[in-house]
Amino acid sequence: MAENGIGARVLRKEDNRFLTGKGNYTDDINRPGQTYACLVRSPHAHATINSIDISAAKAAPGVVAVFVGQDLVDDGIGGLVCGMSVAGKGGEVNKAPPRNVLTIDKARFVGDPVAVVIAETLAQAKDGAELVNVDYTELACVVATDGADKAGAPQLHEEVPNNLALDWEFGDSAAVDAAFATAHKVAEIELINNRMVTNPMEPRSAIGEYNSGTDETTLYLTSQNPHVHRLVMSAFMAIAPEHKFRVVAPDVGGGFGSKIFTYNEEAVCAWAAKKINRPVKWTSDRSEAFLCDAHGRDHVTKAEMALDADGKFLAMRVTSYSNMGAYLQLFSVSISTLFHAFLLAGQYTTPAIYIDMKAVMTNTAPVDAARGAGRPEATYLLERLVDVSAGVMDLDPAEIRRRNFIKADQMPYVTPVVHTYDSGDYDASLAKALANSDYDGFAARKAEAEGRGMRRGIGLSAYIEACGVAPSAAVGSLGAGVGLWESAQVRFNPTGSVTVFTGTHSHGQGHETSFAQLITERLGVPIENVEVVHGDTDKGQFGMGTYGSRSLPVGGVAIVNACDKIIAKGKKIAAHTLEAAEDDIEFADGNFTVAGTDKTMNIAEVAFTAYVPHNYPEGVEPGLDEIAFFDPLNFSFPAGAHVCEVEIDPDTGTVEIVRYTAVDDFGTLVNPMIVEGQVHGGLAHGIGQALLEGCVYGDDGQLVTGSFMDYCMPRADNLPSFDVDYSPTVPEHNPLGVKGCGEAGAIAAPPAVINAIVNALGVKHLDMPATPEVVWRAAQAAG
Amino acid sequence: MATVSMTVNGQAVSGEVEGRTLLVQFLRENLNMTGTHVGCDTSQCGACVVHINGDSMKSCTMLALEAEGAQVTTIEGLAQGGEMHPMQQAFQDNHGLQCGFCTPGMVMSAIDLVAKNPNPDETTIREQLEGNICRCTGYHNIVKAVQQAAKTMGG
Ligand code: FES
Ligand code: FES
Repeated sequence: MAENGIGARVLRKEDNRFLTGKGNYTDDINRPGQTYACLVRSPHAHATINSIDISAAKAAPGVVAVFVGQDLVDDGIGGLVCGMSVAGKGGEVNKAPPRNVLTIDKARFVGDPVAVVIAETLAQAKDGAELVNVDYTELACVVATDGADKAGAPQLHEEVPNNLALDWEFGDSAAVDAAFATAHKVAEIELINNRMVTNPMEPRSAIGEYNSGTDETTLYLTSQNPHVHRLVMSAFMAIAPEHKFRVVAPDVGGGFGSKIFTYNEEAVCAWAAKKINRPVKWTSDRSEAFLCDAHGRDHVTKAEMALDADGKFLAMRVTSYSNMGAYLQLFSVSISTLFHAFLLAGQYTTPAIYIDMKAVMTNTAPVDAARGAGRPEATYLLERLVDVSAGVMDLDPAEIRRRNFIKADQMPYVTPVVHTYDSGDYDASLAKALANSDYDGFAARKAEAEGRGMRRGIGLSAYIEACGVAPSAAVGSLGAGVGLWESAQVRFNPTGSVTVFTGTHSHGQGHETSFAQLITERLGVPIENVEVVHGDTDKGQFGMGTYGSRSLPVGGVAIVNACDKIIAKGKKIAAHTLEAAEDDIEFADGNFTVAGTDKTMNIAEVAFTAYVPHNYPEGVEPGLDEIAFFDPLNFSFPAGAHVCEVEIDPDTGTVEIVRYTAVDDFGTLVNPMIVEGQVHGGLAHGIGQALLEGCVYGDDGQLVTGSFMDYCMPRADNLPSFDVDYSPTVPEHNPLGVKGCGEAGAIAAPPAVINAIVNALGVKHLDMPATPEVVWRAAQAAG
Repeated sequence: MATVSMTVNGQAVSGEVEGRTLLVQFLRENLNMTGTHVGCDTSQCGACVVHINGDSMKSCTMLALEAEGAQVTTIEGLAQGGEMHPMQQAFQDNHGLQCGFCTPGMVMSAIDLVAKNPNPDETTIREQLEGNICRCTGYHNIVKAVQQAAKTMGG
């Protein structure tokens, strides 16, 4: 291993600026002559817009301009788009109702933007927005996930009869029915996967700027994928041609999915900047983020498992609703279908699986990918159902899992729901998790807790996810509008230092460090001489961005592939300089050496030669600067076993996580310190969903949990320290041997926590979030 | 508009503000000191924490005019002579930050915590940091960082 190469716990290169207040987040940027935008938002969940009177706002002090939706339409600006076409029952693809940047005909959720006021100061913009007079006729609304397609429910869009955006099924229902008909026992559960507000700590922000001299538009944006943002806004919305449009995503304070999508506000800023020929800045406040950022999860589900006499899973049937909110965001319908259903085999050999999923539209904020995106929902229902199955069969939860695991020697394993797992040893990870958590000692700990009047429970979660998104042809055949390859450019500077341009984007993941480690490992360049550049469409080549735990499994491979091209070219240059045959040149630890001799040339010298090619091989281009695009051959399949142990005070319903043990298979770890951090953060997200977080709309469509006062984020005193360990296997399809780690905790934790609570109380089920009230009621009912 | 004067990181500053201008706006907009962040509008997240006369305060919860004459320390004022403060160093050493957005407030709160509890145990650290939300780290490494800094700051 090279010093600071793959496997080293290198301290992060990006930390200095973040720790000294020198981070450069979008809201930290101010442009000369900048104006401020404030959106006028619907206070109603569902209302017809009769008229909008902007005259008073226009006359208000400091107001520069006021625009409504029709102004953008008149300017040829397109609406926001859904990037997926998923085929449902009978081959009918999902409905894709149009969405104007500023809604014109109707408001469909509280927060739906109807106008924008642009002023000299933010305060003046806000004051001006108060003066926009929108005449609404309120309409009845629908918010319930499992009520939106019922007869008589209010209709959101003409194009979406019964609010049913997609009626989708997958799997062999005849085989499933047959298995249920002959099953020894059937386990069943009804559960809710609670809606979450993603809440990265940095609110979204955008600054549009137009240069009339060059006809160029620049958009500074809180984005996880600036090239994709530019593509969508250029190709579908006609805000600016792609070659005259620069999107800069500087330091971004967390994303977790919510900063993938194209939103109204950034489109307004980019468009209006040209319209008024001045920069336009908008920064979300937290209340707007709660109302308008895409939310996550929100399923209402029934799941059943058919079991044989040995507790083997024969078949699984899932009937579910998923809530899309008022408009279809970028991935929307794909999350609750493809990214959900294709993980329903989990770690098990269940031979037949069928799912019926209805994706409905409601008068709530749009729902889209959020950390885990479909896989947490699949894992939660499956791992809860497995525990219920264990109860039905009177088997230990660990034992029923072992009886049904896909075995390591069955890899590669083709599941009945599309995916082919390429590696994994689920028995090994469970065994390690049980040992690390002292599963065998639990009975004694439970007895001791009971002596103190406390209820103690233990819960397992054996999860799998599909990461490293994704093979382009595969996602194309499933209805994606784009490919999901990744790009990298590795540029040697003449002095031997290296600049890496990646198409991924780091918003907390530490790419500037772990990607530099790849260069150090492959090219032998000291890590301090490597700079990783991302987040600016004018600097790097097109890239697809960061989500779906793809940056290292896909983007990292692109980097090492570019390194291989560097080495191949370097060999030609070294061979010429060292007067040897190219085939005799070996490369290791940053040096090109003539095999079997001490004739050697450092890669920095080769780089210098490439830029000062006075004595240079014929037919070889000057320069040392290579680009690579990598399209993965398969998804990657991180998996693991988590054990959660809780103690519950039956008098107050408070749940304390007294021990949390994670054993994960992420393949090779490039920077174990960063990986651990990703696991910790994912666990906090998952535990937050299980115990604290729940986004609630009233029946009137008002957001009840609209601030951090009402929506309970996990805080330091809600969480334990975590015991994190690994049981790696080698993924066949990934050249770096990596699988991705950013979402695992959020996927694994919810069922582990709820299984532990259910175990402690001796009840069949309770829904998330398991707040003290929910737990107290369950404890009282259970006696 | 009114004039407000204070000392920020050892430097006398003054500026014109409205009555409604928050201290954090004064720092970010008037002084262009953008190290202090805004993560919410309900005084819940702690991204905006600075020190006022040595005590940690949420600068979004204070009017700029209320800081008249105060000694204000922000994240930009911690490192001395190119050396990070032991708390900053401990956050780096323990990977106590990811996206960095909560970090300035977290570090400022943590310094005050250790100043008032020189030997904090894990429970104390977790309870005292309850006013700072981090979405990235799960707090595990933040707790470790504060424990390390408590040792170095205690000497
Ligand atoms: S900005 Fe959230 S507490 Fe001050
Ligand atoms: S490091 Fe991102 S919010 Fe704390």
